[in-house]
Amino acid sequence: MSTHVQVPPPPPAQPLGIPGSESSWSRGDRLGVAAAWGAGILLCLVAAAIVLYMLSRGLQYLSLEMLVSHPLPSLDQSQSGGFFDPIEGTLILTVLGTAIAVPLGVGIAVWLSEYARPAWLARAVESGVEIVAGTPSIVLAIFGLLVFQQSVFGFLSFTADGNAVFGRSFFTAGAMMSLIALPLIVGSTREALQAIPAHVREASYALGKDRISTIRRVLLPASRRGIGTGITLGMGRIVGDTAIVVVLLGASLQIEPENGTPIWGLLKGTGSTLTTYVYNNSPAGEGGAPQKAYAAAFVLLLIVIALNFAVDLIARGKEPQWTR
Amino acid sequence: MDSLNGTQLPPPVRRIMVEDAPTIAPAPSNGNGIGFASPAGVTSTSLGKQMERTQTVPVERMRTEELSIAYGAKLAVDRVSISVRQGEVLALIGPSGCGKTTLLRSLNRLVDLTPAASRSGQILLDGADVDRFDVTLLRRRVGMLFQQPNPFPMSIFDNVAYGLRERGSKRPSRRQLEPAVLEALHRAGLFEEVKDNLDHPALALSGGQQQRLCIARSLAVQPEVLLLDEPCSALDPISTQVIEKTIVGLRAEIAIVIVTHNLQQAQRVADHVAFMYLGDLVEYGEAAQVFGAPLAERTREYVSGGFG
Repeated sequence: MSTHVQVPPPPPAQPLGIPGSESSWSRGDRLGVAAAWGAGILLCLVAAAIVLYMLSRGLQYLSLEMLVSHPLPSLDQSQSGGFFDPIEGTLILTVLGTAIAVPLGVGIAVWLSEYARPAWLARAVESGVEIVAGTPSIVLAIFGLLVFQQSVFGFLSFTADGNAVFGRSFFTAGAMMSLIALPLIVGSTREALQAIPAHVREASYALGKDRISTIRRVLLPASRRGIGTGITLGMGRIVGDTAIVVVLLGASLQIEPENGTPIWGLLKGTGSTLTTYVYNNSPAGEGGAPQKAYAAAFVLLLIVIALNFAVDLIARGKEPQWTR
Repeated sequence: MDSLNGTQLPPPVRRIMVEDAPTIAPAPSNGNGIGFASPAGVTSTSLGKQMERTQTVPVERMRTEELSIAYGAKLAVDRVSISVRQGEVLALIGPSGCGKTTLLRSLNRLVDLTPAASRSGQILLDGADVDRFDVTLLRRRVGMLFQQPNPFPMSIFDNVAYGLRERGSKRPSRRQLEPAVLEALHRAGLFEEVKDNLDHPALALSGGQQQRLCIARSLAVQPEVLLLDEPCSALDPISTQVIEKTIVGLRAEIAIVIVTHNLQQAQRVADHVAFMYLGDLVEYGEAAQVFGAPLAERTREYVSGGFG
């Protein structure tokens, strides 16, 4: 647009971030800018410190051996094996939680954005999502244990003699994990759907399409990036959560599948993730193997950073642009 | 009369009107042969009556009878009766909020999607009440183009094929769809520009190309009526000209209704003009008459740029 307007040549670029460069600013403004500037730098330093410290510790202790060997019950660090099972557990739990959360979350978002009738129900659903988003995961975990120890859900975990239901398994932990990913998926999907102007929907209706095929063929494809961002953020939350693993996955040293059908038995069994492995081996937990805790924490950090980069990559791509 | 100064009308468009519009005979007594777009007030006196149709007689496709539409308590369209005919372009003009877009959106029952909207009176498509149609079928027969280009986030080909797919339980193959898609692109005047890039994303096209793609998308389902809601308001003059040419070229086969704020555009493309004000249909007549010799005071003020 500016090509049609006579624009005076821009003033020479001022160096950024130097509060004194604008001589007309008041003292308060300068202080504010300096504080904001300092806060940004401080955050960078904190992030760099975490990454560098974990990097040095991780590289110091991490070995390929640890990634592929099972953890063993020993207080001697040279005998306690690696953390293959926690890595596997993190993977299984993330996939399972995401697999439950994605259809639910996208469905809720579509309903809220495209239907939302009756209005009271839409408000209730919205509040419900907000409450789940705000509930600490330890509370979700305890609640999940209460629910999944009911005999109705016996098929999801180990059952002891006398029909006592253990309630802890990849299934039950995955189900509760899906709840911590759900609000993120609902939020970003809904945001993406609402960014689509009304006339795009109408253009589909005007071609004789109904709401369902409009959602399926136009709206969801146009929201792909938003959905992807939500999923990846949700995965990050699942990977990083500890409370649900401790309470609902058993945090057992090794993955202990139920005997029987291979995959179903595995999902019915208990296990651990990198978060509980770090906790149990760090000085804060049982303190058995701090060096392995550092190595596992480093792997965990790498996974989370990779997921964050994935979010950036997904969000950087262009959403379809329409004029409103 | 400033806004209707004839010198502002680009000559190429006038030429298009004469060459591509066989259903309109230039008025024989009008020496320069371009009386249709003459400046208002110069040859306005009996211009309307001179515009006689010599070839195809327009066929009525849609009609509204005493149509009223209200949003809640607010009456947007007040007892409007109007006829939409194949073989001509009908322009709905009037100031913002006069109900012209609401009227347009009622013709394919898109206004029904607005929760608070209520409608009385009749809308007929080929003599049958549109409420008796399956709305899907109605909207295939009465296509629509919007103010902003809105191709779907898929390839150019898939955009045009969009309306053709999912017609039955069996999805037609690309090979089956190709002739219809290519024909629609031809009719919308876009084929030459996109023929090598049919699989490219539609949203990568320029604004004018996107709007022509939207025309092609509408044409692919073979509509009998095409509703255009300020289709050029987001476009540059060159794209506008191309689209106007397309519109004029289509009117022999399709009844066209265009809502426009641009009076010069209405003069360039319309055969009949309906002027609406505050929900009322104030004046309806042949374009030359409405612009040249408006009967109502309101119309005269509006077309002379007095308000709006």
